[in-house]
Amino acid sequence: MEKGKEPVYAIECKGITKTFGSVVANDHIDLNVKQGEILALLGENGSGKTTLMNMLSGIYHPDEGSIFVKGEEALINSPTDATSFGIGMIHQHFKLVEVFTAAQNIVLGTKEKLESPKVMKEKIDAICNKFGLEVDSDKKVYDMSVSEKQTVEILKVLYRGARILILDEPTAVLTPQETEKLFAILRKMKEQGNAVIIITHKLNEVLEISDRVTILRKGQSIETVVTAECDVNSLTELMVGRAVSLEIDRPEVEKKEAILKCVDLTIDSSDGTRGIEDVSFEIRTGEILGIAGVAGSGQKELCEGIAGLLKVKQGAILYNKENIVGKTPLEIISLGISMSFVPEDRLGMGLVASMGMTDNMLLKSYKKGKGPFIRRKPAKKLASELIKKLSIVTPGIETPVRLMSGGNVQKVLLGREIESSPNVLITAYPVRGLDINSSYMIYNLLNEQKKKNVAVIYVGEDLDVLLELCDNIMVLCHGKITGIVNAKKATKEELGILMTGGSTKGVTKVE
Amino acid sequence: MSNIATKTGKNEPLIRTIKRAELPKNRVIMLRLAALLLALIAGAIFILCIGNNPFAVYTTMVKGAFRSKLAFQGTVKLMIPLLITSLGLTLAFRMKFWNIGAEGQIIMGAVFASYFAIFHGDMPHWLLITVMMIAGMIGGGLTGLLPAYFKAKYNTNETLFTLMLNYIALNFVVFLREGPWADPTSPGYKKFALFPAEARLDKVFGIHAGWIIAIIVLIVVFIYTKFTKQCYEIDVVGESKATASYAGMNVKRIILRTMFLSGAICGLVGMIEVSGNAGTMTEGITRGVGFTAIIVAWLANLKPMSIFVIAALFSIMEKGSSVVESTFGVSEACADVLQGIILFFVIGCEFFIRYKFAVRKKGGKA
Repeated sequence: MEKGKEPVYAIECKGITKTFGSVVANDHIDLNVKQGEILALLGENGSGKTTLMNMLSGIYHPDEGSIFVKGEEALINSPTDATSFGIGMIHQHFKLVEVFTAAQNIVLGTKEKLESPKVMKEKIDAICNKFGLEVDSDKKVYDMSVSEKQTVEILKVLYRGARILILDEPTAVLTPQETEKLFAILRKMKEQGNAVIIITHKLNEVLEISDRVTILRKGQSIETVVTAECDVNSLTELMVGRAVSLEIDRPEVEKKEAILKCVDLTIDSSDGTRGIEDVSFEIRTGEILGIAGVAGSGQKELCEGIAGLLKVKQGAILYNKENIVGKTPLEIISLGISMSFVPEDRLGMGLVASMGMTDNMLLKSYKKGKGPFIRRKPAKKLASELIKKLSIVTPGIETPVRLMSGGNVQKVLLGREIESSPNVLITAYPVRGLDINSSYMIYNLLNEQKKKNVAVIYVGEDLDVLLELCDNIMVLCHGKITGIVNAKKATKEELGILMTGGSTKGVTKVE
Repeated sequence: MSNIATKTGKNEPLIRTIKRAELPKNRVIMLRLAALLLALIAGAIFILCIGNNPFAVYTTMVKGAFRSKLAFQGTVKLMIPLLITSLGLTLAFRMKFWNIGAEGQIIMGAVFASYFAIFHGDMPHWLLITVMMIAGMIGGGLTGLLPAYFKAKYNTNETLFTLMLNYIALNFVVFLREGPWADPTSPGYKKFALFPAEARLDKVFGIHAGWIIAIIVLIVVFIYTKFTKQCYEIDVVGESKATASYAGMNVKRIILRTMFLSGAICGLVGMIEVSGNAGTMTEGITRGVGFTAIIVAWLANLKPMSIFVIAALFSIMEKGSSVVESTFGVSEACADVLQGIILFFVIGCEFFIRYKFAVRKKGGKA
């Protein structure tokens, strides 16, 4: 490659516009990345980050505007085109074939003739050495940890000769230690002259890794700033559009009584694998118990087990000293144990996507009242109350919730659960994918419940938030408790070690 | 990088589809009317090609369905089974249970009802009719329950299951006709006995009372889908089984109950057809209604009142086509082609309600 003559920008977007129906997802966005630079793309939910990146990787077409690769205008019509331009995207959800080895996944879909395993391995090893990646190319994907799978994804795009890497929220599923490792790899890529675009919500990571930050707000590119000249507060202000306090309250509640106790709980997940094993803990009223762990460590099984959706294999769940194992979900709901579970996709199982707010309010209470007919009036009233109380933005009370934005959907879900005045409130990832404003509103809602002497279980992924919001944090790893710590005293690093506790043998157990 | 595709390389596809935001109601109606108009124009071209005057053919078609009292009665007779079957299917479809076994459910309903007509024809009229109706519903309901049970228990594919049951039911009728239920008084070829007068539905205003039953079913299904807890459960299960069990619903029981209801309504059609229309059991008792009803239910977006309108249109078209056949001497196939053209446009229009086309802009620039 002839240096010096090279144009300034590895990739440049000019006036990119993309609309979905009446929604303008991207409104004349400008963005550019130099070679050997890490650009962070920062923005609240629905600000159009993923849409923009999907256009760079050939999944969508821009309605207007143009993309330049190395100064030349490029038409990217398909992911294959993107590859030929040297653009590689690492998606948030991995796209790997579970039963294939790392090497097989890496070469999958390339046009060249299939090489012998030995040549393939050499090629892969060469790339690994260049960027400081570690991978066992003969290992099957189903045997891999999340971070290993991510490495394979990165290798996949590097193998195709990508010089421009786009990572969509790569740290969401990683422990702090794994994040560090990933960042080291990214820095190495930068040194080698690659351009990297990283999408993330986490401001401290933006500050740590990026050279410049482009901030999107409501589909527009607001500003591009040099990271070294920013701090958390200034970035937040740019992102939200005004100053926001970043403190999370942790109110103290006087009277605490044990309400829910799990004893030697073992639950299999729905696909028959072991979900959680021999888990024992208790939660008291007026307390928020955080549950930390790498995604898929048994959080889902634990929540569904308590709610009666999964069969408990062994052990007992004592609610006010009564064993609720074997009760139907309906009986458990009527005891006042409420779950607002937000699984992988936001609408998940808590809401009915095609129904409006009114009908969603009825989901758990439709059976109330005698006779075969459903009573929609109180639900309608409740829905309009929630809209006011939680400032939910929706075109109408009967608009299907799938048309509402993520933050509002979460508010509808949590709002309904809180209105049922539960005694135990289980929330899983209630702020996943939410912007700062909505997240803080959710934290406040949870704290309000805590003050009302509700026992709250908070399954979260952001360790900073867990440490600030919760009273105690229970760490799960491979379905086992690796420690229950006091959130006021614990550090992020300690949690990180506990989160990986199962994989390295003989770790210290904190009781 | 040698193979960089620039402006000279591959282009953006000339036309691509984009999902629309939800259209306002009047735009949707306009689109549907436009589709209907286009259908008539395309149909007209076809009619011209086979050497007839399109205006005359269209007028005959509409007139044919209404021109006399007899013609109108014929249209209503076609509409009764179509309307009720569509209503029955709607319940299953709202649960996203792909019941394409209405044919079989109708047949089994007819068989159960016929048993009483053939072997207990000496019962008092009203008692016999009531028993036949209940038997028809149970027959259809059980036929619907079978795939539902396996779906709930083993998660079998209901599409294949219900479809295959159609053939089992059909050949079960042949078996009955050939042996156990053959009319002993009939010389020569085997057939079912004609029902005694006690087993025939009364005529009201010249049409068998099936039309009253159809209206009752329409109102009941309308209220059921709009206001009951049970149908709320059906809708939730249809959207997501996980959500339903999260809300404390007994998903298996809901699947079984709904499919029994869906099958029972279809079974009732079987009873009406044998008792009101044919006056005996035959193999061809359904006249393919079980499949046409699938189209009707979907075109009506699974809404009972719209089903009434669509079923009426279908019946007018069918009756009108038969008159066109005899008046213009065109073959039955031509009438079918005409029906197909109209359906093609009407169903195709649904695509334009949900999507629109975007044409490539020059040079990829705005």
